[in-house]
Amino acid sequence: MSQQAPIRESSISGSSVRRGDQIFRGITVGSGVIILLVMGAIAAFLLWKALPSFSNNSANFLTEKVWFPDQNPPKFGIAALAFGTVVAALFAMLIAVPVGIGTSLFISFYAPRRLAGAMAFLIDLLAAVPSIIFGLWGLQVLMPHMGGIAKWLSDYLGVIPIFKNDQELYTKSLFIAGVVLAIMVLPTISAISREVFKQVPRSHLEASLALGATRWEMIRMAVLPFGRAGVISAAMLGLGRALGETIAVAVILSALFDVNIHITEPGGNTFAANIALKWNEAGPNGLSALIASGLVLFIITLSVNAVARSIIARRKEFTE
Amino acid sequence: MAKRIDVTNLNSYYGNFRAVADVSLTIEPKSVTSFIGPSGCGKSTVLRSLNRMHEVIPGAYVTGSVELDGEDIYGSGVDPVNVRRTIGMVFQRPNPFPTMSIRENVLAGIKLDSKRHSKIELEEIVERSLTGANLWKEVKDRLDRPGAGLSGGQQQRLCIARAIAVEPDVLLMDEPCSALDPISTIAIEDLIHQLKDEFTIVIVTHNMQQAARVSQTTAFFNLEATGEPGKLIEINPTTQIFSAPREKSTEDYISGRFG
Amino acid sequence: MSQTLKGDTLPKWAPIASLAIAIGVAIALANTTAVAGTAGTSVLAVLIFIAIQTLWSFAVEGRRHAVDRVATTLIYATFVAAAAPLLSLLFEVFTRGIKVFNLAFLSHSMRNVSPLKPGGGVLHALIGTMQQVGVATLIAVPIGILTALYLVEHARGGRLSKAISFFVDVMTGIPSIVAGLFIYTAWILTLGFDRSGMAAALSLAILMLPVVVRTTEEMLKLVPNDLREASLALGIPKWKTTIRVVLPTAIGGIITGVMLAVARVAGETAPLLLTTFLSQSINNNPFAGPQAAVPTFVWDQLSSSTPASLDRAWAGALTLILLVMFFYGAAKLIARYYAPKA
Repeated sequence: MSQQAPIRESSISGSSVRRGDQIFRGITVGSGVIILLVMGAIAAFLLWKALPSFSNNSANFLTEKVWFPDQNPPKFGIAALAFGTVVAALFAMLIAVPVGIGTSLFISFYAPRRLAGAMAFLIDLLAAVPSIIFGLWGLQVLMPHMGGIAKWLSDYLGVIPIFKNDQELYTKSLFIAGVVLAIMVLPTISAISREVFKQVPRSHLEASLALGATRWEMIRMAVLPFGRAGVISAAMLGLGRALGETIAVAVILSALFDVNIHITEPGGNTFAANIALKWNEAGPNGLSALIASGLVLFIITLSVNAVARSIIARRKEFTE
Repeated sequence: MAKRIDVTNLNSYYGNFRAVADVSLTIEPKSVTSFIGPSGCGKSTVLRSLNRMHEVIPGAYVTGSVELDGEDIYGSGVDPVNVRRTIGMVFQRPNPFPTMSIRENVLAGIKLDSKRHSKIELEEIVERSLTGANLWKEVKDRLDRPGAGLSGGQQQRLCIARAIAVEPDVLLMDEPCSALDPISTIAIEDLIHQLKDEFTIVIVTHNMQQAARVSQTTAFFNLEATGEPGKLIEINPTTQIFSAPREKSTEDYISGRFG
Repeated sequence: MSQTLKGDTLPKWAPIASLAIAIGVAIALANTTAVAGTAGTSVLAVLIFIAIQTLWSFAVEGRRHAVDRVATTLIYATFVAAAAPLLSLLFEVFTRGIKVFNLAFLSHSMRNVSPLKPGGGVLHALIGTMQQVGVATLIAVPIGILTALYLVEHARGGRLSKAISFFVDVMTGIPSIVAGLFIYTAWILTLGFDRSGMAAALSLAILMLPVVVRTTEEMLKLVPNDLREASLALGIPKWKTTIRVVLPTAIGGIITGVMLAVARVAGETAPLLLTTFLSQSINNNPFAGPQAAVPTFVWDQLSSSTPASLDRAWAGALTLILLVMFFYGAAKLIARYYAPKA
């Protein structure tokens, strides 16, 4: 290109980027940035409004079991909340992961082709049911049925401490909350696992069958190893949901502040449920303390989700 | 070991659609039989009907009989799992299990066995199968590497090693070279030559030169029109099919006038 | 190798026979021992069934087939275990909800209705839900669609687009109560606004946003590149191509995605409790004062826990399910309307 080339007017000259394109691109970038800002703002505002309660807390925020943020001096901590949240969520995963994987195996490999679609729809429908209805159903329908099971567990498996029930009361327990949470996160786990199983190449299934594998051996040989990473991240996403679920748990638990290993006895509390239940009776410092506990919940679910997403992302790079 | 297959009045269906009609033929032991014919003529369907892989497709079934040394593989009380262990299969695209090492891939079928094998036995099987598949020299130093890391031709030979590790009587090959380059194809064809001393081999191929090179017997399938079932036109010694076919349509096909 | 292809197999009626025996034994045990309830008996029946069939199969067919049968049974059982709660839930909501679910219920609020007495209705909550979800949609949909346009049409795999994409995914996992906390701290505590339908809508918008981005992104990716190139080759600028060609092609899927997001947030309770709380009366202004919503209505009636209020809670639950189903149905219809005609 000659440097002295005179600038000529021609039909194809003009700015290399059109103004309209620039503006439009700017708007779309702006929208994307809003999402980043919102995420940043959530962390920032929660931290900012939580700070006052941190500074005047007379107890250790991480290890204190009671919750009296509005007394003088304030005394509160998240130990009981963390215990209840983790126990209920883990118990839910204990049920939901095997059932979710089993359900997706059933729909992918066992159900008659014509029914498989309808069955998948049925499980997905579970995801559409609002949490408050799970709470209502859990409290009014499921809980009366769970007493017998909890009593049986206590009577026969009481040697395992978590099943022991000394109070002979079987309602409003972490055990029931865990079962309801399991039902609620099941469609998440099932839908993602199904997606993963769908990607198993047909040729691998046939290769194992041609070696004389039974259907279960085919699943062990070709399906589960292939889908392992995807199923793990499905479970993590389900865990994230279970940790953050509010209303269903708030309805079912009796919200006591204790750390009770006997999960079939009434009691237990979670971060999310505690916020919903205490919100409208909290004073200024109480609100700040609840926001602090919400910040902890935010950080926990954020990390669980981030790990799950990065597993999925890494797997994508692998297969593409 | 190598066994003979007698197919009588075989019809293969996909739901209501009859893909193959009234096929009767005999496959001799310790020889290579090739199935040729235009796309959609049902040659792969017949092949998959020989080890009951056809029926793993939902809605697919067959009628007629396929006898392995006189025993009907569709007879009552026959376990398809046993059939597939006796009649091995190699697919169009190499399909080693991506999550398994080379060694684990070879042993994939053995591991299903009810009986336990000692470590030494397993090592012997790996070496014997890979040697049998002309792959041992190339991979013996990296048996613990993933099978998916091999070249396409090596992967296909790994799949052959996996199939012969369980010592089947018959080996079915469904266009085993169609996804491979010419050099890998020659390697597989050489291998087929060696394998026929031990196994009954049936190979489906699109490539008529390949049929002429590797097989002793050739079966030609054809269909009258799309939507019509495929039929066996003739089965004869390969030399005869390619020099003096009995049927006019066979001649048209091999001389490249259609297909 | 194997001399014969025949394996000894169980007769076809084996599973049914085993199941019959198992159910019989389970019922007998339930009547004589501590096992109680339908759930306990069913679990017991499944366990006995597995035991009978496995031993039988092991004796006749061998280990591998026995294992296969156990796996099959368990996998069937998981599906039943997953479907049973849903069916029970739908059944209970319909049968218990229908009791006071009528025109009067839909056309009255809870103003001046004692929790102890029957009467009253869900109208104030329906109005609240419609307004809150409507405002949330107006906020979340433009931002969501524009973000998706950025990710699909403009991003070149740079760090910004990767970050946005990642945080959209992470945002789908934010607990709804955290969204409520955020709006409370930012909108009410910091900016000084009152609790209102608007505050609730903002928190719902945060929950909708990632869903809208993701579904729109999926739909935009389905638009064939040929269409874009054909338009650009005609000399149409990129932004007009996007608005006139790309968006109209994907619009059916995008609307479906929006409806699904609407259905999801219409059932949210937790953020509303923080941002607008409860109200027993009709409040037609989402920008001032507390406003009711259907999910918080159910929560409120359930908390009162009198026979009359529980009836209302179930009727509210039925209203909510019907509302959510309405949005899902609309999504399906729209998807069908815009589906490429074959």
